[in-house]
Amino acid sequence: MSGKFSQTADKIDVRYVAHLARLHLTDDEASRFQGQLEQILGYVKELSTLNVDGVEPTAHAMPVNNVFRKDEAKPCMDREKALANAPKERHGQFVVPKIVE
Amino acid sequence: MPDLHKQTIHEAAELLAQGKCSSEELVRDLLASIEAIDPKVQAYLTVDAESALAQAREADRNRKGLAGNPLFGVPLAIKDVLNVEGQPCTCGSKILQGYTSPYDATAIAKLRARGAIFLGRVNMDEFAMGSSTENSAYKVTRNPWKLDHVPGGSSGGSAAAVAADMAIAALGTDTGGSIRQPASFCGCVGLKPTYGRVSRFGLTAYASSLDQVGPITKDVRDAAILLGAMAGRDPMDSTTVDVPVPDYTAALQTDLKGMRLGLPKEYFVKGMDGDVEKTVRAAVDHCRGLGAEIVDVSLPNTPYAIATYYVIATAEASANLARFDGVRYGARVDGEDPIDMYGRTRAAGFGTEVKRRIILGTYVLSSGYYDAYYLRAQKVRTLIRNDFQAAFKTCDAILTPVSPTAAYPIGKNADDPLQMYLGDIFTVTANLAGICGISVPCGFTGGRLPIGLQVLGPAFGEEKILRVAHAYEQSTEWRKAKPEL
Repeated sequence: MSGKFSQTADKIDVRYVAHLARLHLTDDEASRFQGQLEQILGYVKELSTLNVDGVEPTAHAMPVNNVFRKDEAKPCMDREKALANAPKERHGQFVVPKIVE
Repeated sequence: MPDLHKQTIHEAAELLAQGKCSSEELVRDLLASIEAIDPKVQAYLTVDAESALAQAREADRNRKGLAGNPLFGVPLAIKDVLNVEGQPCTCGSKILQGYTSPYDATAIAKLRARGAIFLGRVNMDEFAMGSSTENSAYKVTRNPWKLDHVPGGSSGGSAAAVAADMAIAALGTDTGGSIRQPASFCGCVGLKPTYGRVSRFGLTAYASSLDQVGPITKDVRDAAILLGAMAGRDPMDSTTVDVPVPDYTAALQTDLKGMRLGLPKEYFVKGMDGDVEKTVRAAVDHCRGLGAEIVDVSLPNTPYAIATYYVIATAEASANLARFDGVRYGARVDGEDPIDMYGRTRAAGFGTEVKRRIILGTYVLSSGYYDAYYLRAQKVRTLIRNDFQAAFKTCDAILTPVSPTAAYPIGKNADDPLQMYLGDIFTVTANLAGICGISVPCGFTGGRLPIGLQVLGPAFGEEKILRVAHAYEQSTEWRKAKPEL
């Protein structure tokens, strides 16, 4: 893409994008978001009317680069505290569903 | 004894220092005020009375901490997005119901070191996504000036608590106006610091290139006190900048002689409320009367700010909120496999606006659309930033309205997200440019709803905006007006 909008750029497939975002939607949500997001993307499209040739993108307003600290061990949160909010924990670990059979 | 809950930070500090009241009395008076008023306003999600009283008694025992320290023994309300060890931090979301913070945010730790007391957690739009606090999963907070109107957002609980004298002051966060707009809607002072001025360690991230922590207070002096206490480089937030932290209260003069204040025509647009325009223009004239020279400036890329903001903010949000997957904290809904578990957990835990923004943000970052949306928005962001840099060559600070309207009725924009987004037009630019801004009360609509004047300053120009806001505030009577509750 050359930075220009394609004809279909605002045709969002809400179900597919929600899957990418690991978000299950109800049918009602999917149809409501479809219309609302198309409207929002149509509005956002006005950015394509600006000439941005040769303009550098801004990722952060305050250009701070290469912030390093000394590579030394420091105290960190203890295990009990880190696990205190876990939905499921066992033997000092977070429990997750089986990933590899 | 004066009404303790009505005091500002500096007034309370004086009463404490003179021994005219104890910190425990101050906390008890606020708890009584919350009990009497909050059933109407609904600003607090949780009040930690026991812990606040214990902290107050500790302060009363250790009075030597009082010297030169206006925050010692003073109770604050904290937006429910900043971690305070041992207190809940729901971010206004069901997905974090029952979560207890295991540590203090840096901003909190710095205030705690100065003896501030953390009274409770105040309501907000879920994950700070919203402009009315209607997106909270828990309750609808009401505007203390008109209970069927919104308090603004996303820091609506903070502003409502301060306006209704249920906190001496509060902390909020501002990603696109979330401190300044609710402060304006509720008749408080709200300051968004320069990007990099206050650490975000311990703040649940929404849009990391835009988020800042700042004060919502009853007057400008209190904003200066809180900013000074929180600002500075933090090894735990690599975006904080190592710029010396001045005594911000030293900047609080009462005239504007020698100051050049810019007036951008792009911030006085058709469609804005007539009372807002008239009131803000009167405030500009008032600043001229205080000795400021008013000059015209132009910020020509302003009309593109909302589109730029909602691409960048949602893109960053979609990445930041990936952490809520039901594994390490928060609610979990079991599924057939991990992917199904994530999908179900997030479907059950997130509210409508959060889902909408995650989908939008995922879309603008997705393959084939990144260049057209996200990269392009970052380039327009550069143009918006350049606009401000050029403007600040000819003026010290810029005067604008905070919002095109005053507070609106609850439910008005509830299912029209684009309409809600457009209301952020005058505030998102400061976040995109990384500069600082403050909202200060400048009058009322015919319907008796507060209106705010925004003063924008260059990066690390907090002393300039505090000076302008203070001189304006002290030469007007708006700060003395209180809602009838």
